[in-house]
Amino acid sequence: MISVQGLTKSYGATHAVRDLSFSVDRGEVIGFLGPNGAGKSTTMKILSGYLPADEGEVRIAGFDILSQSLKARSRIGYLPENVPLYPEMRVSEYLRYRAALKGVRSRRITEKVEDALELCSVSHVRKQLIGTLSKGYRQRVGLADALVNEPDILILDEPTIGLDPGQIREVRELIKGLAKRHTILLSSHILSEVEMTCSRVLIINKGRIVATGTPAELRERSGIPLSGSVRMEIQTANQKAAEAVLAILQSLEVIDFASIPEATPSAASGWTRYEIVPASSASLTRDPRPALFDEAVRRGWKLRELSAHESSLEEIFTTFVNRIPAAPEKKSATQEPFKS
Amino acid sequence: MRIFWILTKREIASAFQTPMAWVILFFLLLVSGFNFYAGVSVLNHGPTEVTVVESFFNTVFFWFSFLLLFPLLTMRLYSEEYRSGTIEPLMTAPVRDTQVVLAKFFGVLFLYAFLWMPTGLYFLIFWWQTHLTSAGATGAFVGSYLLLLLMGMFYLSLGCLCSSLTRHQITAAVMTFAVIALFFLTGLLSFLAGNVDTMMQGITITFSPIDQMTQFSRGIFDSRPVVWYLVMTGLCLFLTLQSFQARRWRS
Repeated sequence: MISVQGLTKSYGATHAVRDLSFSVDRGEVIGFLGPNGAGKSTTMKILSGYLPADEGEVRIAGFDILSQSLKARSRIGYLPENVPLYPEMRVSEYLRYRAALKGVRSRRITEKVEDALELCSVSHVRKQLIGTLSKGYRQRVGLADALVNEPDILILDEPTIGLDPGQIREVRELIKGLAKRHTILLSSHILSEVEMTCSRVLIINKGRIVATGTPAELRERSGIPLSGSVRMEIQTANQKAAEAVLAILQSLEVIDFASIPEATPSAASGWTRYEIVPASSASLTRDPRPALFDEAVRRGWKLRELSAHESSLEEIFTTFVNRIPAAPEKKSATQEPFKS
Repeated sequence: MRIFWILTKREIASAFQTPMAWVILFFLLLVSGFNFYAGVSVLNHGPTEVTVVESFFNTVFFWFSFLLLFPLLTMRLYSEEYRSGTIEPLMTAPVRDTQVVLAKFFGVLFLYAFLWMPTGLYFLIFWWQTHLTSAGATGAFVGSYLLLLLMGMFYLSLGCLCSSLTRHQITAAVMTFAVIALFFLTGLLSFLAGNVDTMMQGITITFSPIDQMTQFSRGIFDSRPVVWYLVMTGLCLFLTLQSFQARRWRS
């Protein structure tokens, strides 16, 4: 649906985007991830036909964005950053205007506008002036505008910025729902968001793509298997036994795990939970669980839980962004697949 | 064509949805109402050489409100869209640059015509009440409003051009006013020349709104200003389109 070849754009002396190439297939939800100023917005402006690139080619559904601009643009629903809207118009009035502008036939406008209002849950503010709406509602009106003519492709620049947690969840759900009918390219610097909504992630920094793949692939390639703690639950007869286990755990030389286990013994249930916290997430490359398991077997501990949290995209992102220029991928020999 | 109408309708609607158009209308009618009253009261004080039409269109009140109108009407056209960023959704919709430029021009031209329309009623009511048709011949009436429209087209297109150059409304207004004042003052050179130099007069008649209005409001038709204003409007709109398209390479 979208194919980008060798995209380059600079503002004066600063290079916003350098030699960017990627493609998006029908039905994909692509997350565009990068720190502020990485070139996300510039790329999206170029894709939506607002800015011309200095070099490179962009094809939207087979149409060149420069030479067949109108055809390409009519297939895109674009939500710009900060959602600029006309403050003097009313919500439904604005959407009717936008639908007409995007070539929706006159007799279908009402229907399409109603659908968009409904989908973005803004039907109860349809009579309100856009200027009086809160940020969250403006964002949703912008989203309704982007999808009012049911375009094949949605380009959403930071769709959840400035929203409260409840609204963020709503918008995410909405995007997930839209993924069934649209190809979506969204940008974000909130990583958990991309992880939750996107089937593929492009990490971009200083105008270049530094990594691409599914969140799982990226996790594997980054070489950070874990981020959070390892949790162990061991049966202990009483408080004393729990403290004994804690002492043993603390004396353990678990590889790379220069950490202090914390224990929350609860003699009543007979089970004690131990949170083994890594010293620093960056130094953590190896899973301590096999060693912990061995120890439990040797000591004859009854084990109820031994689990680890998967690394979040956040840390993966940091490693990729800090790894510029892209170094050859390091593989740790003993790396194992993890499940939480 | 459909896109052009949709855009034009929005331009007009947005002018009336903000207090802008109403405030301008109020003060324009206040000044022109007083101006008309002054013209009529001249008639009440005995015989005079000028018609009501002529006395209406050749006073400082008329020119003052006329010249102030253009920066006020055109300053927001492009600048506001640049500044608030609404240009981005607008230009990522499947619309042509030409359609936007023409829609903005005709939208504001409609607004301009709408603002002057009530003043036409003054004359109609005057003739209906007084039956003094000789006091304002039809030719003078039609000619004056035709010139008003033509001058409006040129100065509005100048305003469009200035607004398309900047994201600051005030800058656009100042530029518009300065350029219009330049044309207006060039026209005043004929006064310096003392109306004797025919070549000078030939030049200034094309520039000078005052000279042109003096003629047209007497019912004398001159094709030179008509051609001049139409050509200049076309030129300004062409330049506006260029400047509007250049934003892509500037930003």
